[in-house]
Amino acid sequence: MTDKIKNPSDATGISRRTAIKTLAVGAGVVATTGTIPGLLRPNQAFSAEPIRIGFQVHRTGIGAAYGRWYDRTTEAVVKRINDEGGINGRPIEIVAEDDGTDPKRGAEVVEKFANQHKCDIAFGTLFSHVVFGSAPRAGELKIPYFVVSEGHHVASGKLNRYTLQPGITDVKSQVEAMAPFISENLGKKVTMIYPDFAFGHDHRDYFSTAFENQGGTILEKIAIPPTETSFTKYFPKIPRDTEVIYHVMVGPAVLTFVKELGEFFGPSRPEIFGFIDSLEAVDMASPGLEFLDGTYFWEGNPRYAQADQTEFDKAYREAVGVDANGASISDSKDVSTYAHMFGCWETLYVVKAGMEASGYKGPEDRQKLIEAVESMSEMPHSFEHPQGAKLFNGKTHQAFGHQYISKVEDSKLVLAHTTSIEDTLYEDEVDYTKQAF
Amino acid sequence: MSTSLKSFLLHVFVLCLLAVLYFVVSEYHSGNLARILVMAVYAMGYNVLFGYTGLLSLGHALFFASGMYGLGLSIEHLGLSAAPALVVGFISAFIVAAVIGFLALRTSGVAFMIVTLMFAQAGYLTILLAGKYTRGDEGFVIQQGDRVIAGIDLSQADNRYFAALLLFGVCFLFIAWLVQTRFGKTLVAIRENPERARMLGYDIQRHKLLAVIISGTLAGAAGAAYALLFGYAGATFSTVQYSIYPLLWVLLGGAGTTIGPLIGTVFMTYLIDISSEYTSAYMLIAGLALILLTLFAPHGFAGLIRKKLFSWLP
Repeated sequence: MTDKIKNPSDATGISRRTAIKTLAVGAGVVATTGTIPGLLRPNQAFSAEPIRIGFQVHRTGIGAAYGRWYDRTTEAVVKRINDEGGINGRPIEIVAEDDGTDPKRGAEVVEKFANQHKCDIAFGTLFSHVVFGSAPRAGELKIPYFVVSEGHHVASGKLNRYTLQPGITDVKSQVEAMAPFISENLGKKVTMIYPDFAFGHDHRDYFSTAFENQGGTILEKIAIPPTETSFTKYFPKIPRDTEVIYHVMVGPAVLTFVKELGEFFGPSRPEIFGFIDSLEAVDMASPGLEFLDGTYFWEGNPRYAQADQTEFDKAYREAVGVDANGASISDSKDVSTYAHMFGCWETLYVVKAGMEASGYKGPEDRQKLIEAVESMSEMPHSFEHPQGAKLFNGKTHQAFGHQYISKVEDSKLVLAHTTSIEDTLYEDEVDYTKQAF
Repeated sequence: MSTSLKSFLLHVFVLCLLAVLYFVVSEYHSGNLARILVMAVYAMGYNVLFGYTGLLSLGHALFFASGMYGLGLSIEHLGLSAAPALVVGFISAFIVAAVIGFLALRTSGVAFMIVTLMFAQAGYLTILLAGKYTRGDEGFVIQQGDRVIAGIDLSQADNRYFAALLLFGVCFLFIAWLVQTRFGKTLVAIRENPERARMLGYDIQRHKLLAVIISGTLAGAAGAAYALLFGYAGATFSTVQYSIYPLLWVLLGGAGTTIGPLIGTVFMTYLIDISSEYTSAYMLIAGLALILLTLFAPHGFAGLIRKKLFSWLP
């Protein structure tokens, strides 16, 4: 009788084989966007045991473009540190695992670093939901987790003592630091256009408060549903007396957004200010982006080599393999995520400094490492910190630094303003040093 | 030995094996197994609907997320402790499953798939739009101090494992019992030939609705357990890929078998875990495995075992 039982999918009227083939083809398409990864092996000249750093990287999923450049930056900084003698005379060995830009897989990867690969620390990831999904496990497994995420999650106090963000500033400080520049240079009446999910909400909340404190007015807050592909119907909501449009759209529809915005306003547009997150890894000379000429962008680190380029940026850019236009030196169409990826470079130098200060020998010294990093404060502009000087807050586990505002001129981003670090500071929301290990 | 006794012994053996494994395998694998057990509960719930009733849903992530957010939000915003929050998670999934089942069962076949998919997508967008409470796509952490039941800290590896095993064991035995009951056999009858079942006097609509409710509640129990044991609730778990996963696990393991969801979840998890060490194209490998399985074992691993070795396999 059992043999007579039909395959249940038959009863649904759906061909099981068809369903599986469809799924498999989809999986194949997703998979072929990936690349074959490999461990970054330490320099063979070292005789000491390597320091194993688990690198949680977005190789697949929506964060793959970021992951590709985080990968290259990490490879470059590890080579440089190892060439300089490693950490306490020990080479770094990177153990990279793809988190799929997924919080469940992210947590699994952290477990793998701690319990299977026996890594000394975990490091890397960008997307906030992956950090949120992984950080509890890092805390439970007592493995230091250095994130390069720019989310406010660390400084908000929602994570734990084992999670730190010393190599990149957070979105709250970035957004709040933009308010004085916009208020003084672009206009006092702002309309905000942002995606209707957490990233957009952070901008809405932090910027509107900071801007109103500068005496400005938010005329309208236009939230765009995340599934939206056409934006024309939202533009009539922009009040006529708007002086500045603040936009933070992200995702594949960004080009459509800019194109439709250009068609809506024509030659007479208000001032426009955006976050480069919208166009990370996108060529500024892409068709449809001409409308952005003369508009302003926040940049975590200027993509284009500036006229007064520092020796630090020059060395960093060369090491990572990025040309003066922010693209790969081997492929000018492969545009980097320059505003964010420096965080990998700087974070690993913080790890090196922390391990050396604490005399780190192995996992039994993890708490000493965290205490050493917590005791850090000023990080001067240097080869180790090519994006600029930083101020690290050991209580909130968060770094603060200069922010850059660039103007689009002839499809290039030209630095127009650099904020002070003081512009980016806000009151502490947590003191992790009071939490027990 | 009777079939029911064999079945009972098999289930007890599996549970004993899982208990022993905690002490035998490395810390990494026991941690993995804890997560697998929770996700296997999700797959078992899916199997009740797909494997036993013949209804293919593409929206089960909504039920998983209902349990997850029922627990998470009641801890985060209502200040409930873990035990009552867990109950809220179960009840949330139960209610959502009842409502969605009532509405979606007005359709069948492909339309049922589409309707469940649309409901799940609506649920996902609701979570994003209610970002003030849910923190949208970012999600939120359930702090270690909130993950304690009766003095047992569920963030500890051993407690987490045995809590996951307890949940899995209860659901595993429940389904083993359920499929032997008149109700369970009626579900199979509906799967095999709904018109004949109706002609014989069964209220197939009522049975299908109950199947959706049981299936959805089990999925929600898994979601609540995931949030409680791993400390995170986020909108990712309500996306379509989390509706596809249980379908894959059940197909691989063997639809319409009690042990298939566990086998499928273990296989898929380790297939991805191991292959991702060698290539980021690991989903291609998962796809190939599915194709090979379709060609050589179209009823999944447990289906193959049932066909070749143990025809009594429930």
